[in-house]
Amino acid sequence: MASSAYIELMNVVVCVKQIPDPAAPQSLEPGTNTLDRSGKLILDDSDAYGVEMALQLAEQAGGGEVTLVSMAPNDETSGLRTALAMGAASAILISDPALKGADALTTAKVLAAAIKRTNADLIIAATESSDGYTGTTPVQVAELLGLPSITFAKSVSVDGSSVKVERQTESGYDDVTSPLPAVVTVTAGVVEPRYPSFKGIMAAKSKPVEILTAADLGVTTGQTGQEITSVVEAEARAAGEIVVDEGDGAQRIVSFLEALKLV
Amino acid sequence: MAIDKIWVVAEATEAGPTTITLELLTAARGLASTVEAVAWGTTTAANAAVLGEYGASTVHDIGDIGDALPGAPVASAIAAAIASGAGPTAILVPTSYDGRDIAGRLSARADLPVLTNITGLVGGDELTTQHPIFGGAQIVNARFTGQAPGIFVVRAKSFAAESAGGAPAAVSPLAVGDLGATNAAAVVTRHIEERTGPKLDEAPVVVSGGRGLGEAANYSLIEELAKLLNGAAGASRAIVDAGWVPYSHQVGQTGKTVKPTVYLACGISGATQHMVGMKGSKNIIAINKDQDAPIFGVADLGIVGDVHKVVPALIEALKAR
Ligand SMILES: Cc1cc2nc3c(=O)[nH]c(=O)nc-3n(C[C@H](O)[C@H](O)[C@H](O)COP(=O)(O)OP(=O)(O)OC[C@H]3O[C@@H](n4cnc5c(N)ncnc54)[C@H](O)[C@@H]3O)c2cc1C
Repeated sequence: MASSAYIELMNVVVCVKQIPDPAAPQSLEPGTNTLDRSGKLILDDSDAYGVEMALQLAEQAGGGEVTLVSMAPNDETSGLRTALAMGAASAILISDPALKGADALTTAKVLAAAIKRTNADLIIAATESSDGYTGTTPVQVAELLGLPSITFAKSVSVDGSSVKVERQTESGYDDVTSPLPAVVTVTAGVVEPRYPSFKGIMAAKSKPVEILTAADLGVTTGQTGQEITSVVEAEARAAGEIVVDEGDGAQRIVSFLEALKLV
Repeated sequence: MAIDKIWVVAEATEAGPTTITLELLTAARGLASTVEAVAWGTTTAANAAVLGEYGASTVHDIGDIGDALPGAPVASAIAAAIASGAGPTAILVPTSYDGRDIAGRLSARADLPVLTNITGLVGGDELTTQHPIFGGAQIVNARFTGQAPGIFVVRAKSFAAESAGGAPAAVSPLAVGDLGATNAAAVVTRHIEERTGPKLDEAPVVVSGGRGLGEAANYSLIEELAKLLNGAAGASRAIVDAGWVPYSHQVGQTGKTVKPTVYLACGISGATQHMVGMKGSKNIIAINKDQDAPIFGVADLGIVGDVHKVVPALIEALKAR
């Protein structure tokens, strides 16, 4: 990783996840009760924002590279190719059957070890993944690397050797700054992700993807310290009354609210 | 290992401990004989009475953290207590911006796993956690298998806050550990967005609008309707991302969890990530022009119709009363 001197070239690492298409029906694998990831994996939509943010920050700094870091149980690269087509320069993929079902902390150890091999001034991740949404991994990475972090960014800018973030809060937002290197998590909408161009898609095919195992990074696997004991159907809500509006829809709502003494 | 001592990470605003803090203290009381709080900032002594009332016998006070974000200092203090053997057998953390930072840093620092998005806790010799998946259609039950303490990150509104009538908590200092560079981020300015009427997550009626409203200007109908019902105006993520309304209006997995007496969804399809934030409402009314919209699957009253007709008519009918 980079040391905290004035940054001239902005090297950004983006942690990205490749997930089953959220638009397709999701299911759990019988036996392990983990999300079935056996089908085609795509770039998590939530990560497209981070990739775009990283590309823009590197462009604004006048140079620097965007490197992707991703962990996947099989050698999946299709989601990475999407991000490479957007403009990222290279990727590190940690792919290891031993990491199947890894918990957030193990994932963070793997990502942190991979990031150590890069020259990152800034590490960007989504606030949470769309499929697992644990929402702690980026901060675990920051702690493992001994770095500051700013989560829930709705705007990010870099100024010399520090990053400025508008961080969402319960009541509005805070302006927060941190020296670099640092970890920042971005919310959806922080920037509008670009669509990969045809040229980008062609170029992505030959961009370097380094594939590593957990052992290559010296991370111990197989101990998650937690287990799923069962999966049960939630109590279903009783079926309601669904009616087509014949001009009486508003009145029906009024009657419903009256019965509850709310009007 | 039996659960004998639970620590609750206690957040506070100028108004006192947050509602979720009181919810977690209430839950902890039913799970362990000793409940203690961990707090930071300058108001801990002032909050000791309320924390005690809801069940904390002691509040471990980290003290003023200045303009730092709470994640690093609070996690380091709890990790140091655990390392010294003075820690609890379980730690309950609110699902909030700062809560998630604290849980993540603590997990890495103490090398303990973390369970998040918890909406239920079942006690006994060990704690079993409940997590809704697929928009709340199924519940995953889970547990920690390793060394205590487990770090449990719990969603708002998973428990009702109830006073135990307890005496004020004793305030005891808790030292921050070595932070290195982890604590270097600093808050420069806080921006508070003005909001009138009841809070979204506390209002008895929530009226939410989605992409079916067509355009940003139509959101004023949602606000007007919410006001007429003494409720709060909410939104789907689609219109928050589109910039129609601020993020603080968002209901769902990445927004607020609401459980009002009535939730009125206008032009919202009912995506799983939206449903997980409102499915616990006592009554759900939906207006959607598509009779196959998933939101109708949870609605007590569903109106298959055009929001541009039904909502103005509803406003007129309420005004006429
Ligand atoms: C990781 C992740 C987290 C997410 N978190 C959240 C979250 O916290 N909250 C959230 O809400 N979403 C969340 N989402 C997004 C979610 O998946 C949906 O995209 C979103 O909820 C859709 O919003 P919507 O219902 O307003 O829009 P749409 O899905 O586009 O639905 C619009 C609805 O309006 C109806 N409609 C259109 N015109 C009319 C009319 N004239 N009259 C009546 N009805 C009409 C349509 O039939 C349709 O059902 C998340 C997604 C991801 C991937």
